[in-house]
Amino acid sequence: MTFTAPVLEYALLAPMLAIFGGAIIGVLVEAFLPGRLRAPAQLFVSVMAIITSLLLLFRIKGQSSTTPAMASLSFDGAGFLFQASILVIALLSIFLIADQDNFTAAAATVPGSTEEREAHQAQSQTTEVFPLTLFAVGGMMLFPVATDLITLFVALEVLSLPLYLMAGLARYRRLASQEAALKYFLLGAFSSAFFLFGAAFLYGYSSSLTFAGIQQAVLGNAGNDVFLLIGLAFISVGLLFKIGAFPFHAWSPDVYQGSPTAITAFMAAATKVAAFGAILRIFYVSFANAEWQWRPALVLIAIATMLFGSLVAIAQRDVKRMLAYSSIAHAGFLLSGVYALSKSGLDASIFYLFAYGVATVGGFAIVTLIRDSSGEVTDLNRWSGLGKRSPIVASTFAFFLLAFAGIPLTSGFIGKFSIFSAAYESGSLAILIAGVLSSAIAAFFYIRVIVLMFFKDPVEDGTSVVIPSALTTITITISALITLILGVFPAPLVDFIASTASFLR
Amino acid sequence: MNPYNYLYLAGLLFTIGAIGVVVRRNAIVIFMCVELMLNAANLAFVTFSRINGTLDGQVTAFFTMVVAACEVVVGLAIIVAIYRSRRSASVDDASLLKR
Repeated sequence: MTFTAPVLEYALLAPMLAIFGGAIIGVLVEAFLPGRLRAPAQLFVSVMAIITSLLLLFRIKGQSSTTPAMASLSFDGAGFLFQASILVIALLSIFLIADQDNFTAAAATVPGSTEEREAHQAQSQTTEVFPLTLFAVGGMMLFPVATDLITLFVALEVLSLPLYLMAGLARYRRLASQEAALKYFLLGAFSSAFFLFGAAFLYGYSSSLTFAGIQQAVLGNAGNDVFLLIGLAFISVGLLFKIGAFPFHAWSPDVYQGSPTAITAFMAAATKVAAFGAILRIFYVSFANAEWQWRPALVLIAIATMLFGSLVAIAQRDVKRMLAYSSIAHAGFLLSGVYALSKSGLDASIFYLFAYGVATVGGFAIVTLIRDSSGEVTDLNRWSGLGKRSPIVASTFAFFLLAFAGIPLTSGFIGKFSIFSAAYESGSLAILIAGVLSSAIAAFFYIRVIVLMFFKDPVEDGTSVVIPSALTTITITISALITLILGVFPAPLVDFIASTASFLR
Repeated sequence: MNPYNYLYLAGLLFTIGAIGVVVRRNAIVIFMCVELMLNAANLAFVTFSRINGTLDGQVTAFFTMVVAACEVVVGLAIIVAIYRSRRSASVDDASLLKR
């Protein structure tokens, strides 16, 4: 038996290698630099890694190959767009994460113990979040370009494991944060077991681990259809869990609420892009010809997800929980892009993912600013009258809420319009009606928050808006600008996506 | 022996694991049940490898073991942290976030 060395196209892998390299340098920084220098050094390493990766990515714009790392990856227009979106969102989030007031001084200490107080007094910082973030970003970049089941599974875990840990690092309300980490971990591991079991049956069906091999088996109708159905169902459970679609959404409100808000922002935005990238690729490439097996189920899940998310969000009194349910509703809207199974559906999904991701980071960045003496204030009742005390912060938050609601002149409108028209073109009136209906319901609770902030009297209970640090200001400003520009002047990006987005088969 | 019997066994193990995750209350036991599910998937991979006559499934089983080991590291760290704060590893006690 001869062993042939794999052929790697390093230019196409370079963006991911830059991120993983940055993460490893981050671990070394953690080990060898004295405490006081670590935070600035880590921020520098992370920002440089992300920017280098973006530059390397734009250098290979327009190239495509099905064999950058044998048949395990496939780099194409859609992969380029997913990776670029993830990097932009990561760059915006890393500035937010750099504001160390969000994180506990020492994660290993028991909340309320003497050790914790000493760590606070010594002003220790949890600088481990930077390499953890970079590892997660690397996994996220790998996830939507993976084209075999092993790589897909490994990427899923590489992106998830750091997020489980980061969910437990909040500075205030640490018990709730640890609880969020536990729930995220247990349910995440549960869903990846489903994913793996599904992968086993897809392998059994097609006797191949690659997407192309599965596609061939579906086309040739070669294997046992029972295996295909089991595999398809189980692997979908794993993927739908990651995006928080309706029957698999139970983790997301708790995790969004308990995690440090900077991490919630990163996780909510970037994980969605990565997971939808993988879902779009596997359904558009491998299962496109088995559409009768999955489209009827997917349309039900999409409709249930959007209606459930919007309806339950109305009852929420906590801003992070409300945004979590709204993200469930958005997952439903995005699933209608997967359902569309057309070029316009793909374009619309990519635009929507980018626009939604950026607005989400901005929205959660604002949440980090509203504080009292014991940390962030997320109770919506205490947000009343915010517009009178700090009009700029309140209006920016209102602007992001309008973008989530899909009001014209924000990026959300273009995204919703194009994704629903793509779903309608592909023949589902039901998904269009459910989408418009749940957008209307969602608009109600977004606008209720705006009314609360601007037309109610302020309560005097020590809630204040802190002056944002320079880095947080950058995040908020850039997110708001991108959201505005994409709303007023979307044509360049829409055209760019339309000319670039495609999957290599 | 008919290799399909191993698929039934894998399905059975997976079901036992999934039921365990749903009904048990101790975080460690839930985690062990997840591991059982991963091993069921591994058994299915190896069986299909035998049925299909390709080695890919066996390679996947190795990857799964490594990934499962990484999951143990992260998972036990989280569970130990929770246990030290609350003196309990029951998932029913952790309910601050429910409203």
